[in-house]
Amino acid sequence: MAARKASDKSNASKDELLKFYREMLLIRRFEEKAGQLYGMGLIGGFCHLYIGQEAVVVGLEAAAEDGDKRITSYRDHGHMLACGMDPKGVMAELTGRGGGYSKGKGGSMHMFSREKHFYGGHGIVGAQVPLGAGLAFADKYKENGRVTFAYFGDGAANQGQVYETFNMAALWKLPVVFVIENNQYAMGTAQKRSTSTPDLHTRGEAFGIPGEIVDGMDVLAVKAASAKAVAHCRSGDGPYILEIKTYRYRGHSMSDPAKYRTRDEVQKMREERDAIEHVRELLLQGKHASEDDLKAIDKEIKVIVNDAAEFAKESPEPALAELWTDIYA
Amino acid sequence: MATEILMPALSPTMEEGTLAKWLVREGDSVSSGDILAEIETDKATMEFEAVDEGIVGKILVAEGTTNVKVNTPIAVLVEDGESADTAAASPATASPATDTAKPEPRPVAAAARSAPPAPPQVDAAPDWPEDTPMKTMTVREALREAMLEEMTRDEDVYLMGEEVGEYQGAYKISQGLLEKFGAKRVIDTPITEHGFTGIAVGSAMGGLRPIVEFMTFNFAMQAIDQIINSAAKTLYMSGGQMGCPIVFRGPNGAAARVGAQHSQDYAAWYAMVPGLRVVMPYSAADAKGLLKTAIRDPNPVIFLENEILYGRSFEVPDLEDFTIPFGKAKIWREGSDVTLVSFGIGVGHALEAAENLAGDGISAEVIDLRTLRPMDTATVIKSVMKTNRCVTVEEGWPVGSIGSYVSSVIMQEAFDYLDAPVITCTGKDVPMPYAANLEKLALITPQEIVAAVKEVTYR
Repeated sequence: MAARKASDKSNASKDELLKFYREMLLIRRFEEKAGQLYGMGLIGGFCHLYIGQEAVVVGLEAAAEDGDKRITSYRDHGHMLACGMDPKGVMAELTGRGGGYSKGKGGSMHMFSREKHFYGGHGIVGAQVPLGAGLAFADKYKENGRVTFAYFGDGAANQGQVYETFNMAALWKLPVVFVIENNQYAMGTAQKRSTSTPDLHTRGEAFGIPGEIVDGMDVLAVKAASAKAVAHCRSGDGPYILEIKTYRYRGHSMSDPAKYRTRDEVQKMREERDAIEHVRELLLQGKHASEDDLKAIDKEIKVIVNDAAEFAKESPEPALAELWTDIYA
Repeated sequence: MATEILMPALSPTMEEGTLAKWLVREGDSVSSGDILAEIETDKATMEFEAVDEGIVGKILVAEGTTNVKVNTPIAVLVEDGESADTAAASPATASPATDTAKPEPRPVAAAARSAPPAPPQVDAAPDWPEDTPMKTMTVREALREAMLEEMTRDEDVYLMGEEVGEYQGAYKISQGLLEKFGAKRVIDTPITEHGFTGIAVGSAMGGLRPIVEFMTFNFAMQAIDQIINSAAKTLYMSGGQMGCPIVFRGPNGAAARVGAQHSQDYAAWYAMVPGLRVVMPYSAADAKGLLKTAIRDPNPVIFLENEILYGRSFEVPDLEDFTIPFGKAKIWREGSDVTLVSFGIGVGHALEAAENLAGDGISAEVIDLRTLRPMDTATVIKSVMKTNRCVTVEEGWPVGSIGSYVSSVIMQEAFDYLDAPVITCTGKDVPMPYAANLEKLALITPQEIVAAVKEVTYR
């Protein structure tokens, strides 16, 4: 594969590069497996894969501290793996089994982990944005110094509640990083067909929220931007917007025939801008790892993903009594 | 080892499809992401990508084949040097484990019975001890006292809404709270219901206990997605991990001459939603006791007040910490000829009707449901078993009303006791008009309740 010329602008260490490689590869292999299980009928309903966007969450998480919170939309598998949730529990939720994070009652779009401070997994486009600001509101109220990452897409960036939230987050100086994952398509609508101005990172200007654009296919650039945004929020200066330019290789959901873009466009991104390939090149060029070392990692990840799939197939469906539990606390 | 490639499911509803075209031939090498075939589903023609790498050993289903069932092997992928015929293909699928246990019976009302059912158990304990000293208080003062006491008790409780702070509350419910608790805990919001409701719900998920005041519940329609999809459903969707302790309160229903968009009763809307608690008090004592319970409850609570009732005075127990539990109806007046079931401002109309009926020698029992979810239907059933007749009273519209639900429960659980069909007295099935005479006509009145009672008692 012809990777772009790798440039190591942040002098990332060997350990960090290996960590990024491993984390991004886990998401990719996990998602490929999820797609396969969907095709086999083991996963039902909606299933939105994160393939292509791996550098976004992995880079963002690299600047997170213990106790920081994250919340996102329905394209959420990558976020869960990146914050350390167990691949088995995530995959078992996808197959609707009792061993899933929500006991099989949430599904692909609705998973949560109090332990890892992951607040979902939300299926209504844009609704997670005020919720994320609310998490930050709680942290500010408690004066605990935590920061919330509120992820949303270029599609959600056109929802009214996002701007209601920008206004209050800026007014109340809430410690929230608004992460716009701009994968350039809101379901099947290209950004230029849905958005009057192409720049989303300037959408906070009217509210006095600083923003910047980030190359989402470069995990090091994402990490650097994340560190800057987090420092801004943690110092009490209020919210920060990161527009992360990324690309999803797969359809919006599993049932997307992808007629709104060409195969060549997707292929070009995969061949020239792939985020995992980028880190792979950095590792090899910097002599941080050999082909064999990377193969060993690939193998290790394959085992984790296969174990997750096995667990997800073997875990029993939720007990029928679960229908009536968890409605009230 | 050879791997079977199975006919994929490419949409949530796909069971079979047409293998339109193979884009690889036997002997071709493929890697992850390569397109293997085009498959027609009921919705579209989709490209089917390889997940594993290998060599296409054998194509099992020819292109153009229709009605290929999902999970049918359509090709075999082999490793270099392996033959598709000799390799025992390992199916890549596993059938889902199924729980064959019979479902538990749903807790529905009784099925057909041979003998009339016994009266249900009801909690008839008094709300406060008999010798409790009482004080006279308006509903407005009662609501303010409840918030003041609970905010004093728990620092995680805060109040958010439009004009709750410096303006002292659009209806003066929050008067004095800003001075007492400061701007950190009494928060004036911009006019942005959808946004601030979402922020409040998020803060509840993050560990706080917000009270959200809607200037009126009409404006909460802007925020109803956050109330239902985010607040009410998250505990269930998270398998019990992520609760949302929050109170949404404010005036609901018609005020006076404020027109269609500001005069709507949302009781039945919210009462339908599992995951919500729904409270609609009439008296000041209930307003105070139930609001304190709502603030302490770990679930999202819809607390429906009424502008006309805010200034009305009632006797309230003079106790340091007084609460009323959810799911316990109150019998305001005992009677033997007919049961009147209502809640909120409708209770006042029902009591006025009962007084008028007494003059005609008809003894009406008046039940105030107080909470609509959970609903104390046992108290209603027990009463109907005594009176054999029932009229429900509410301000909301007739279709899908609380009265419709109450009458269905009575039919299922006390059918043999009924001597007349239940009549549901509701607001008229029209948007609220502005003209004084028409508005009067649209609202439920004590006279209509009296007429309904005469109908069910055949007088």
